[in-house]
Amino acid sequence: MTKENIIEILSEVKDPEIPVLTISDLGILRSVKYADDFIQIQITPTYSGCPAMDMIQEDIRTELAKYGLQNVEIKQVLSPAWTSDWMTEDGKKKLQAYGIAAPAPHHCTHNGEDQPESCPLCHSQNIEMISRFGSTACKALYRCLDCREPFDYFKCH
Amino acid sequence: MDLLTNYILHQADNALILGHRNSEWTGHGPILEQDIAISNIALDLIGQARNFYQFAAYRLNELSPSEKITEDDLAYLRDEHEFKNFVLVEQPNGDWANTILRQFYFSSYQLLLFRELSNSPYPELAAICEKSIKEIRYHVKWSSEWVIRLGDGTEESHGRMLNAMQNLNPWIAELFQPVDFDYEADETEAGILPEILKDEWYQRVNRILETATLPTISSEKKSMQLLSGKKGVHSEYLEPLLAEMQVLQRTYPGSQW
Repeated sequence: MTKENIIEILSEVKDPEIPVLTISDLGILRSVKYADDFIQIQITPTYSGCPAMDMIQEDIRTELAKYGLQNVEIKQVLSPAWTSDWMTEDGKKKLQAYGIAAPAPHHCTHNGEDQPESCPLCHSQNIEMISRFGSTACKALYRCLDCREPFDYFKCH
Repeated sequence: MDLLTNYILHQADNALILGHRNSEWTGHGPILEQDIAISNIALDLIGQARNFYQFAAYRLNELSPSEKITEDDLAYLRDEHEFKNFVLVEQPNGDWANTILRQFYFSSYQLLLFRELSNSPYPELAAICEKSIKEIRYHVKWSSEWVIRLGDGTEESHGRMLNAMQNLNPWIAELFQPVDFDYEADETEAGILPEILKDEWYQRVNRILETATLPTISSEKKSMQLLSGKKGVHSEYLEPLLAEMQVLQRTYPGSQW
């Protein structure tokens, strides 16, 4: 068992809310240290109150336990603050395919005015915002005016 | 309890109490999207509270290694006089106008304070504030828009905003009044004295109030407030709030999901 093996195992841990994304896709998995049979993991929470973080920690332990690895310490690291810029390109593609619009590329000014590029379903740019606050802290609710379907937008954060 | 830990608890208590108040709207919001919005804001605040309580617990455990205090002990087992939140945030929700105005006043303050604290030489404090600021900007934007929408709305909505201002304005002065832990924070440079935020807070708030066709507020007005939430001297509203919030943990100590 090497550190690389462990990272591979951890890269399978999914976001409980958006199960097509892994914690690697999201940039939540910050670092892994493995020495003397002891695994030290650092993760970064996305939003302050994100309830998925507790679940993700449980899932990390469960996943490692499957391989008999139980000597695990998980630390939440707050700095530097998580940003949606850490989402991988692969992650963004998976998100779109799942029907959630990916976060606006790179450093938005956090004035709450970043927009999705297009409807993830029909790709029209004729869209409107219903609410900046969606079903989870990270998402806003939009509607496509062409295909008339609602969709979630993963906010730039 | 050392003063710097009290400074951190003040931040935690503000976030927890206001988060709790906002969560009282869950399932009762005026329309679905706003029910979701205020629940999300409550969640952000409770998340911030957790970060601050965890840091406070860590400090307390460092200072007295025989204890083993957790974030839950701090949130659920302290009594009213031990809470250090502003009197503003414990005020009951009232109607929607009252709720959004309370959020507007508090978040505008939190934004300015955390902007400074993001540069604190205490890395944990800086980290929590740097992280929280991104969420607070949404809270300010959301509440500002509501102040304008209701202020510059109908006769009824405008009237309700005036009532809200009458209710909440008396609690503004406390935001800028230092107590012992503020002086300590300033001396150690861990934090700042709140007075330095006063002018900018009034400027920003009045700009929105003007746009909302509401009366602006004067920073010169002398405060008649005898209460000091920061000193543990609260209004009659905190006790019933804590009774409800803490009852489960106090009845079944150590219970977990």
